[in-house]
Amino acid sequence: MNRLLLKWSGTTPRMFLIIALLIWLGLYQLLVPLSEAIVSLLPVDRETHLGGALQFFFYDTPKVLLLLTGIVFIMGMINSYFTPERTRAILAGRSKGAANLMAALLGVVTPFCSCSAVPLFIGFVQAGVPLGVTFSFLIAAPMVNEVALTLLFAMFGWKIALLYLALGLSVAVVSGWVIGCLNMENHLEDWVRNMPRVQATADNMKMSLPERICKGFDSVHEIVGKVWPYIVAGIAIGALIHGYVPQDFMASFMGKEAWWSVPLAVIIGIPMYTNAAGIIPIIDALLAKGAALGTALAFMMSVIALSLPEMIILRKVLKLKLIATFISVVAVGILIVGYVFNSVL
Amino acid sequence: MKDVKVLGTGCSNCKNTIKLIEEVAQEKNHEITLEKVEDIQKIMSYGIMSTPGVVIDGVVVHAGGVPSREKIAAWFI
Repeated sequence: MNRLLLKWSGTTPRMFLIIALLIWLGLYQLLVPLSEAIVSLLPVDRETHLGGALQFFFYDTPKVLLLLTGIVFIMGMINSYFTPERTRAILAGRSKGAANLMAALLGVVTPFCSCSAVPLFIGFVQAGVPLGVTFSFLIAAPMVNEVALTLLFAMFGWKIALLYLALGLSVAVVSGWVIGCLNMENHLEDWVRNMPRVQATADNMKMSLPERICKGFDSVHEIVGKVWPYIVAGIAIGALIHGYVPQDFMASFMGKEAWWSVPLAVIIGIPMYTNAAGIIPIIDALLAKGAALGTALAFMMSVIALSLPEMIILRKVLKLKLIATFISVVAVGILIVGYVFNSVL
Repeated sequence: MKDVKVLGTGCSNCKNTIKLIEEVAQEKNHEITLEKVEDIQKIMSYGIMSTPGVVIDGVVVHAGGVPSREKIAAWFI
């Protein structure tokens, strides 16, 4: 099956993409009737809590997975245009300002895995990318990614996804800019500063369309293959909360009136670590039960952008003071986002 | 006999890479020495920016993501 697909996409790649898109759209149309049909086959009443929870589960799970597969595939192809080496070559030698925005945007489209954060960080600094610009990239890359955006879109609609994108980028740009202004280059570990400078060169690998399609398949295999259990479990939890926990349960302590809820959400989120796939269903449940949107999004950003394991890895290249600055600047940024959201919406 | 080094800080992708290389080398009856390089300073000395990286006889042949089975097989001909 896989071989057949690969062979086909290799010989007539455009045709392959068009037909894949049509099949995808067809499946998407089938979601609602299919989920209703499944629930009607089960021996539960559709109008009960259990019935509602099951329908939610059987509709949302395939919907989210289908959306995710499609978007991860496309992002896999887009990623193949932006290797870390090329991104570094674009950013090297620029001064802060516009470069922060550019770094944050590149953070969204450059393939990134949190275990590569340190090599990437050193690679950037070594090639003369300013520290603040490097941070803009490093903040945006995990926080604003296709998995988080797709899930937000699937569960809350495009407005919230777009808001998250804009606010996530703003936090990355401003935090990086502030760190750049603090001139903390001497708070890099000594061995990092003593590394020989390298010339940033972009390997000009030209890839063919079939090869990029192949990259798309690789990302689906790697990303969707890894996150789907989290999504299924998360939606199941979300479904249970939808069905059972009373409405407005969260409103008293995560609602707009509770001013302290935003800082609390950010602080709780800092040491926590889960990927976007794991956190979104929780956010979904919080929102459904009356938590304020700003508070919930601040919590989500804090969980994804700042995490204990990442800090432990970064400690190998950053001195404690720089890590503390990094955490505080980003946390304050997220805090502001949370408050702004709560006050305008 | 080939000297293979896998560069990575110990995430799941690195572990999968090592497992896959061992499997493929065994399938092809190719004798290799496999070494895991987890020290970040050593990793950086190879000049890669994404992990896991694979170094064969001192040459970087792969960086970033788990290499495909086909790609690995091509190293052990």
